[in-house]
Amino acid sequence: MTHLSKSPWILHYDASSCNGCDIEVLACLSPLYDVERFGIINTGNPKHADVLVITGGINEQNREVVKNLYDQMPDPKVVVAVGICASTGGVFRECYNVVGGIDCIIPVDVYVPGCAARPESIIDGIVRALSILEEKKKNPAPGRAAMGGER
Amino acid sequence: MSRRIIVPFGPQHPVLPEPIHLDLVLQDERVVEAIPSIGYIHRGLETLVAKREYPEYVYIAERTCGICSFIHGMTYCQGVEQVMNLEVPERALFLRTIWSEYSRMHSHLLWLGLFADAIGFENLFMASWRLRESVLDVLEETTGGRVIQGSCKVGGVRRDIPGETLECMVRDLEGFERDFKEIANVFLRDESIIARTRGVGVLSHGDAYHLGAVGPTARGSGVAIDLRKTGYAAYGKIHFKPVVETDGDCYARCAVRVKEVFSSIDIVRQAAAKIPEGEIEVKPKGNPNGECFSRAEQPRGELVHYVKGDGSRHLVRSRIRTPTLTNVPPLVKMLAGCELADVPVIVLSIDPCIGCMER
Amino acid sequence: MIMDADETTVIERDHLIGRVEEFKKQGYRLVQLHCTKVGDTYEINYSFDLDYQFRNLKIVVDGQTEVPSISGIYWGAFIYENEMHDLFGIRVVGMNVDFGGNLFRTAKKNPFANPTFRGEGPCPGE
Repeated sequence: MTHLSKSPWILHYDASSCNGCDIEVLACLSPLYDVERFGIINTGNPKHADVLVITGGINEQNREVVKNLYDQMPDPKVVVAVGICASTGGVFRECYNVVGGIDCIIPVDVYVPGCAARPESIIDGIVRALSILEEKKKNPAPGRAAMGGER
Repeated sequence: MSRRIIVPFGPQHPVLPEPIHLDLVLQDERVVEAIPSIGYIHRGLETLVAKREYPEYVYIAERTCGICSFIHGMTYCQGVEQVMNLEVPERALFLRTIWSEYSRMHSHLLWLGLFADAIGFENLFMASWRLRESVLDVLEETTGGRVIQGSCKVGGVRRDIPGETLECMVRDLEGFERDFKEIANVFLRDESIIARTRGVGVLSHGDAYHLGAVGPTARGSGVAIDLRKTGYAAYGKIHFKPVVETDGDCYARCAVRVKEVFSSIDIVRQAAAKIPEGEIEVKPKGNPNGECFSRAEQPRGELVHYVKGDGSRHLVRSRIRTPTLTNVPPLVKMLAGCELADVPVIVLSIDPCIGCMER
Repeated sequence: MIMDADETTVIERDHLIGRVEEFKKQGYRLVQLHCTKVGDTYEINYSFDLDYQFRNLKIVVDGQTEVPSISGIYWGAFIYENEMHDLFGIRVVGMNVDFGGNLFRTAKKNPFANPTFRGEGPCPGE
């Protein structure tokens, strides 16, 4: 990917992460990693967001919240699951209150590995998501996107 | 008299990196009552003791919270060691102290940044987080992990810090201290910060003590509780004074954290000067049988790990009482009577760590 | 300074309120409450601290016994009592702030009383 046609805005939500990945997502915004150089801005409003970055797995109480946030985002949109908890449930996958990875509620486009995920891989994941976003914009999927995504 | 309305705050809110939900009962712009509800991050990780053997559970304990992960792991190990009567080598205790203080510096800088962001001072957020990266570099160099270190184990620590690295760390602290002084000056003197924090969210000394506030939330109200004074790890051999402010407002809590970073720098210097040579771990023999409360001072306050073993590889119970949980009742008190616009600042002023709180 | 050994006293449920009041009078602060399931009974620990002296009261109850709330003495105790009620199903009576089982909203009721674990394999959808 050599250029972006727009500045993608990201919405970050902490599903049931331990904070490790959250603070690394925030660290991406800080001067050392500085994702703003790609034109990426962290927004608090789902209606302004193009990329949903989720850390942590789904639990019984936040499944509605995650679904709600996803539904409020305008199309085209991409979802990045950051860290192993968001990908599969991670070390907490056996806990009674954890449902599993993000992909059991909403379709995920990019999975970022790591516990906690490193800022470098988070940036890689988001940049990867941006090219998927471009593609989705060119070829809008009819109706709702299918479950599952690129691993 | 106007009608009362209820405004929901969270779970997804721009100033909160983590979800907490508050129902704010308002009369005009004033908060009459705040009702917290939690559970968005509840995983139930304490039940995992039945699935993981006691040495493995360190990893789960560390992942209670990604910000103060090292101290969680250490407190859990301390508890198991006490039940098993393990004598941890001196060098390991000093290493734990050093890593704890680096964790505190990184946590406080993180909080200072978020606090600046909540006030709307984005430049200061960036400055704090840039400086925080130098602390994370040290943690990464010495443990291998930036935020989750995994360097503590039952019986000691997993890695040693070589002498020359330690010297280098102490040398780098000079530059760090100089840079932090600049930021500290802004936090303590800047007019706009003072305007947003002075007299906001006041917690009296009596309330702080009796409602069970801990950490900077308590020390900002003049309650000098600092568990490091009990002398766990190597703190017994180090001279320091708990940082105490008396005003009890958001400014005082912020000032406590700013000053604690300086005190952490000093503790690391002392520990590096006093650290003895020697082994860094002992092999645990047998299984824990008995119960113990292990307490430590986290960046957010007093942390209690309760462990109970029955002589098998699996513990019967691990209970983690985190500082944020006990700071919730004081928070509810602080919010009653404040302006709606001050709610984010007050909520942040207790340094809420929801991942910790709900476990 | 060395770490003070925890001092735990096992008491009868009926003496709980009186003992907690004594602690309050002596100026102890409440550190925490927690519950442990041992066999079919539940041990409830009340921890207090004064100048780093750590004291514990322990009562042993079964799942049906009503436990008096200490939130009248220590206002902040409601958070632990609600937690205990939600996770273990302990019946605490007389709490000053009663969430009615909604502090921890879990899919399974009283999950810590009989812990279950999600197995491996695919996660259940909606």
